[in-house]
Amino acid sequence: MSDSVQPGEESSGVIKKFMFVNRKAPYGTIYALEGLEVVLISAAFDQDVSLAFVDDGVYQLVKGQQTKGIEAKNFSPAYRALEGYDIEKLYVEREALERRGLAEEDLLVDIQVLSSGELAELMASQDVVISF
Amino acid sequence: MLHIVNKSPYERNALEACLRLARPGSALLLIEDGVYAATRGSTAEAGLREAMARLKVYALRPDLEARGVAARVIDGIELVDYGGFVDLACGQPNCQSWL
Repeated sequence: MSDSVQPGEESSGVIKKFMFVNRKAPYGTIYALEGLEVVLISAAFDQDVSLAFVDDGVYQLVKGQQTKGIEAKNFSPAYRALEGYDIEKLYVEREALERRGLAEEDLLVDIQVLSSGELAELMASQDVVISF
Repeated sequence: MLHIVNKSPYERNALEACLRLARPGSALLLIEDGVYAATRGSTAEAGLREAMARLKVYALRPDLEARGVAARVIDGIELVDYGGFVDLACGQPNCQSWL
């Protein structure tokens, strides 16, 4: 008998809680798009993934982005597709929205609005936190 | 003088420095992430409205549209396209980009 790892065996390993923290506006820098790419990659590893949007990161989720005029790829529809990758834990900081004159209705995904305190608690409960 | 600000007012203090140091009668053009300062209902609005009494403020429409905030622009801010950007730069004796 072989001791080698059988196909599919890796996926039965320990599941860790990963949180991706998005703090940058889209388009002005590459952080938001790169962060999204990493989130999509993470979906392949069957981990417990959640996304937090704080500071200017909340702008990534604003409805009605039309990027034709700046000749950049509009990647905002991809946030709506995350559900299809079993990434369903999306959180936004209420204070960050309010400071920017935004409300939950202005966002293009179903998302849980948390206070800073609630988000802090959730962040502290993660095994791995990755920031973009 | 044409002042150009391309950074979010929540991430950098470029706009704040510009508003402090721009002389009355100057023009201010908000581009890229700087256009978020041109939106209503934010904490940056009061400071910008105050500045509009002494500066002529413009924002680049393609950057507002890309970010989904073109419908939220503060009244009195004039929207320009890339051609308007060129006209502004050519119409002023000099310009300053607040990086």
